[in-house]
Amino acid sequence: MLKLPIYLDNNATTPMDPRVLEAMLPYFTEYFGNAASRNHPFGWKAEEAVDYAREQIAKLINASEKEIIFTSGATESNNLALKGVFEMYREKGNHIITVNIEHKAIIDTCRHLEKQGAEVTYLEPQPDGRVTVEQVEAAIKPNTILISVMYGNNEIGCINPIREIGEMAHKHGVLLHTDATQSIGKIPVDVLTDNIDLASFTGHKMYGPKGIGALYVRRKNPRVKVTSQLDGGGHERGMRSGTLNVTGIVGFGKACELAMNEMAEEGVRLAKLRDKLERELLTLEESYVNGSTEHRLPHVTNISFKYVEGEGLMMGVKDIAVSSGSACTSASLEPSYVLKNLGLDDELAHSSLRFGLGRFTTEEQIDFAIDHVKTAVIKLRDMSPLWEMFKEGIDLKSIEWAEH
Amino acid sequence: MAYSEKVIDHYQNPRNIGTLDKSSNNVGTGLVGAPECGDVMRLQIQVNDETGVIEDAKFKTFGCGSAIASSSLATEWLKGKTINDALTIDNMDIVEELALPPVKIHCSVLAEDAIKAAINDYRTKQGLEPIVDGKKHY
Ligand SMILES: Cc1ncc(COP(=O)(O)O)c(C=O)c1O
Ligand code: FES
Repeated sequence: MLKLPIYLDNNATTPMDPRVLEAMLPYFTEYFGNAASRNHPFGWKAEEAVDYAREQIAKLINASEKEIIFTSGATESNNLALKGVFEMYREKGNHIITVNIEHKAIIDTCRHLEKQGAEVTYLEPQPDGRVTVEQVEAAIKPNTILISVMYGNNEIGCINPIREIGEMAHKHGVLLHTDATQSIGKIPVDVLTDNIDLASFTGHKMYGPKGIGALYVRRKNPRVKVTSQLDGGGHERGMRSGTLNVTGIVGFGKACELAMNEMAEEGVRLAKLRDKLERELLTLEESYVNGSTEHRLPHVTNISFKYVEGEGLMMGVKDIAVSSGSACTSASLEPSYVLKNLGLDDELAHSSLRFGLGRFTTEEQIDFAIDHVKTAVIKLRDMSPLWEMFKEGIDLKSIEWAEH
Repeated sequence: MAYSEKVIDHYQNPRNIGTLDKSSNNVGTGLVGAPECGDVMRLQIQVNDETGVIEDAKFKTFGCGSAIASSSLATEWLKGKTINDALTIDNMDIVEELALPPVKIHCSVLAEDAIKAAINDYRTKQGLEPIVDGKKHY
């Protein structure tokens, strides 16, 4: 028997892998020391665990341990990267290039920096959600210090040409930060060959615990530094003060090790399930995939169903946990700025669902989801006056709507 | 968003989904809302010319569960009422019956608007003045 609802929102967060939990448990009670306590075995034991985890994490992205700065998650990593670089390289310039479909932790940090005197360019992605190297290069100015482009998008899963952007950035002497929260642990990310200077990621999107993340900060070619955003004991080579979250770090490390070992095989399995889900749902008329299907994370699909409203659809698919891109604006439920900035047509005359598959997703669950979503969409279209008009060949744009 | 049991019931078993012949003289059609606002409601009534009684009512709604429930409930209430009685249906009656939270009040307003629009359409077809809609919009 399938247990309902089925979790298909792994881009929001992932369940913790039991193997991660097992690795963490002793560090809550038995080895509870402060990794900064240098004078006794309690501290040594904690430090040892942190060092080991740092290696596991660094290895996953082909970095060295010293380049991993622990944070509370990707939000903090993004803040530290952007604010830290802006403050550290202020005399070099004040211009930052990013994209208007980045995560809020990037967009809002940029907005904040604009108030501090930064100049920010928000690029518009191509219709498939990706930016091109040429586009980014064209935005570079003499005062550009940083490019921040996400690796894989959290809403549609499209993957940016990071390696090429990094190569181009280095040619111009500009740093590249990437929010790789959705990508690290899912697809191979190699900070060296990908020419990345700073990368944000987090434990809870890769079957590790919540509240622990990291910022990769390159130490060689070039040596990158960020100004600390938290004053205190000077932990993490002075870039992030605060007693280390040892249990979280141990779990994060284990999660990275598991990802490293299982990613290749798991990616193939997930892509197969995702493709099945997508193929089946696209048999519904007037349904469309949002974003690139060529350059995409293996576990994500985002599908729009025209003539069905978002909130109504969410109510109809209550046996699966997914997230929805758009809903009625009248109740001030904002439509997804990501989809809006992709320039989806007919704005809200459609609704979209984001499916994020994960390590614990089974084929049986996907089969159920296919049926469940199809049933809901068909039922709602039977109820939808817009669907009826569409079927009668009436152009919705030709109608004078009494907007309220 | 937690929905009341009544909203869920109307959503799962909507009453009177369908389409009446909008070209017929004794059918009034109200189409309100806009796709960009995320809600469009179409409500139709079929009126007995002699008695002024609404003999049938149908709806189709593109919108959230509360909008679907509001229009479904409206069709239930309309059937058997005279046009004049139908005009007294207030959106707050719908809010109360469905236990709609404040953010969903506009879904009920839409239903009331749809009722008025359908009645106006019917009156116009009958050569009568449309009644002025005094309802403020949210
Ligand atoms: C692309 C991206 N960046 C940043 C974050 C924030 O991560 P965290 O929850 O670890 O702060 C998320 C998660 O929602 C994300 O998807
Ligand atoms: S129709 Fe807009 S929230 Fe119900």
